Amino acid sequence: MAEREVEIVLPHHVEGLQHHFADLEQQREASTMGMWVFLITEVMFFGGMFLAYLVYRRMYYQAWVVGSEAMDFWFGTVNTVILICSSLTMALAVRASQLGHRRALVILLIVTMIFGIGFMTVKGVEYHGHWLKHEFPGPSFHFEGPYEQQVEIFFSLYWAMTGFHTLHVLIGIIIIGFVAYFGWRGDYTPANHNTVENVGLYWHFVDTVWIYLYPLLYLISHSHPFK
Amino acid sequence: MAEHISSKKLYITIWAILICFTVITAAVSRVDLGQFSGVVALIIATIKAMLVVLFFMHVKYISEKMTLIVIIAGVFWLLILMVLSMTDYASRAWT
Repeated sequence: MAEREVEIVLPHHVEGLQHHFADLEQQREASTMGMWVFLITEVMFFGGMFLAYLVYRRMYYQAWVVGSEAMDFWFGTVNTVILICSSLTMALAVRASQLGHRRALVILLIVTMIFGIGFMTVKGVEYHGHWLKHEFPGPSFHFEGPYEQQVEIFFSLYWAMTGFHTLHVLIGIIIIGFVAYFGWRGDYTPANHNTVENVGLYWHFVDTVWIYLYPLLYLISHSHPFK
Repeated sequence: MAEHISSKKLYITIWAILICFTVITAAVSRVDLGQFSGVVALIIATIKAMLVVLFFMHVKYISEKMTLIVIIAGVFWLLILMVLSMTDYASRAWT
């Protein structure tokens, strides 16, 4: 059998390109899609708790009104504004990395972290107040007012939903810290900054969850005729 | 397709709209709308979430169809969870 000549094409080395991708474009699209798959699992995670909230709200409506009245309107509103501002600085940070503005990227990421820490501080003060008032579910739970047992369910969901949300904020702050360090080191280029894009997607997702938590927990049951 | 880069002006405009909607939803919650207070608050929240997802998360500019399928499937799953479950609870007289 005659030997056949086989032309072996070796891939050109491209900075930041992993060998299993054809080019940076494909790598970026795969990275974005992978991040979205992860975010959908997060939607499922929070979705279950949102459903539990809706089901119990329907069952124990009066208790939900009473529980909502125990929430501090201003803590929720200030935190909403803080998170929206942090989303803006995050979006601008991603834009800075697209344009290769290293200094702006690092500064905007640090500002985003400060907003995140501000959010957690407000949340901490709020949690502390609920804790002192024995509004944490468990043997020590105590609530002055009607429907104490059902209000405990409201508070269970409040702590679970905002607790997991705040955990996501904390994880976000830590990851942004690493990304800011890598960005300062000069790891990201306009052609290759998937990590920045993905941490941005994560941060905006966490913001979106809060956009729903805010009206559900702090707003809708107030000033209702059945009160 | 090359990556889309939004202008600074667009991001700041979206931010301003989000802040406006936050003020509106906070103000409306002080007004007695009866049964509609929940619906109005959730509609405003959904508009805000859409703005974040479309512009901040760049979904408006995604060219890769596979990514869009993932996102649409995720939203559709969430709708199944919420709508079918709540329909079930709403139509069962004994709960």
